[in-house]
Amino acid sequence: MNKNNSTKKLALTGGAAAAEALKQIEPEVMPIYPITPQTPIIETYAKFQADGEVDTEMIKVESEHSAMSAAIGASSAGARVVTATSSQGLALMHEVLYIASGTRLPILMIISARALGAPINIHGDHSDVMGCRDSGWLQIFCENAQEVYDKTIIGMKLAEKVNLPVMVIMDGFNTSHSVENLEVLETAMVKDFVGERTAITPLLDTKNPVSYGPVALQNSYFEFKIDQEQATNDAAAEYQKIAQAYQEISGRRYGFFETYHTKDAERIMVLTGSATGTAKVVVDKLRAKGEKVGLVKIELFRPFLHQELSAILKNAQEIIVLDRAQSIGTTPPFYTEIVNSLYQIGEIKKIKSFVYGLGGRDIFQAQIEDVFMGKFKDKYIK
Amino acid sequence: MKYHKDIFEIIFFARGGQGAKAAAEILAQAATHEGKFVQAFPSFGPERSGAPTKTYLRLSDNEIRTHEPIVDPDVVVVLDDTLLSSQDVSNNLDKRESLIINTQMAEHAVRSQIAELGKKFEGKIYPIDASGISLSIVGQPRPNTVILGKFVQVTEAVKLESVIEEFRHIFEDKVGKEITDKNVAAIEKAYDTI
Repeated sequence: MNKNNSTKKLALTGGAAAAEALKQIEPEVMPIYPITPQTPIIETYAKFQADGEVDTEMIKVESEHSAMSAAIGASSAGARVVTATSSQGLALMHEVLYIASGTRLPILMIISARALGAPINIHGDHSDVMGCRDSGWLQIFCENAQEVYDKTIIGMKLAEKVNLPVMVIMDGFNTSHSVENLEVLETAMVKDFVGERTAITPLLDTKNPVSYGPVALQNSYFEFKIDQEQATNDAAAEYQKIAQAYQEISGRRYGFFETYHTKDAERIMVLTGSATGTAKVVVDKLRAKGEKVGLVKIELFRPFLHQELSAILKNAQEIIVLDRAQSIGTTPPFYTEIVNSLYQIGEIKKIKSFVYGLGGRDIFQAQIEDVFMGKFKDKYIK
Repeated sequence: MKYHKDIFEIIFFARGGQGAKAAAEILAQAATHEGKFVQAFPSFGPERSGAPTKTYLRLSDNEIRTHEPIVDPDVVVVLDDTLLSSQDVSNNLDKRESLIINTQMAEHAVRSQIAELGKKFEGKIYPIDASGISLSIVGQPRPNTVILGKFVQVTEAVKLESVIEEFRHIFEDKVGKEITDKNVAAIEKAYDTI
């Protein structure tokens, strides 16, 4: 492992960290709809482009729906395409998200995860990305600015390797607008790692004409969707390979799940995003007092690796799941997945479900400590 | 760092548009250049010009993992003394900790105004007329970066040279050398005040 490739320690917002990685990747096309709720990602990247630091065609469109449509067109043509959005913007893209994934287009989208209206709220939670968890996009969560930078690079390579669209997700505001330290790689190294896109049957290859966007009716639609599901499940192995290759050049390790003091843990908390860092500090505090607690951070949410998760959780006595989204009408998203993971190996355990942070509500170490210690009776950490 | 805590935590109280976020970012960048770990983020309330805001800054020699808002600060910086009547600026500041405030009021007047909110603050108060210094040297009442001179003097959390270097780095292209020099002189003046 070589840890000396990271050139410099910077202090950037999560949004600027994504833009820094994108500057090094230098996608060919970036369709954008620059209006609130947008993110510092586009703002920062647009400046790079205006200053001539990158040669990217930024297409300013009339809505988020159009942004994703333009991304689909450009990606079909064979270009490397990235966009970014958030909240209602992602919701407006919803219809076309399925076109991107069903057409197997390797579009990278950086999301600052935020609440959905009504009532109107622009702050952080996971409602927007959970709303498209069945859209066929791969979903990778980030804890901090460093992970945003790293996973933007990993996500770009992954998308083009497996021909599926990828969302790299950071917490809106908590990560997107907070200044934190990160180390960045040499640009040449990033370019070399990501490589160039070799599009299969690009639309602009006029010598080999192909048709995009076909009709598939009762006799074939079903098979298309089975193939797509298989490709998505297979993408997990490629993600792991790419993450390992990235570790070789960066010294930073990523996987399906990050474990923190789980080996001998009696109680394990499962969560993701910026609150994970806060919870790690609580784990340290409680460990110092002799409490056998640990945590699991979900990194790859789509596809979801049930077997890998249940292997981590199987020796714990109690599982505590923290969701930053609801699934109104049923149990919250992470909780539902984890019940499924444990059921698949025949483990019936005590699993507690909590919802926190909706609409940007802060979460504090003291609250997480109370949850670990069983002092929290409500289902909402308000 | 002066307070020998693992993470040094600062809250800036200001009003929207007064530049607390810029001030926190200058300190964050300066500390990063000194090899420290930092975190700077605003309290994400509705951002309206004139509305009370809080900005958080953490400085540490080790990686900072927590993302909770700061609940127990080591130092509080207040950019606008009219906030004293509505904001609980001394919350969780104990007698070894400090309040730095942009004001023309004397220390005892600040303390008694805090007491009017029903709070007994026993820590140190460092009043500084940062708006006045800015007005006389730069020609505009912009206390946000001037007060950094006082912050460095009181806390020794970062070096004055690092702050000035960062200020030049961020502002020289935007406002030109002459105005940058005046701002730097104002920061130095605030650093030299007793």
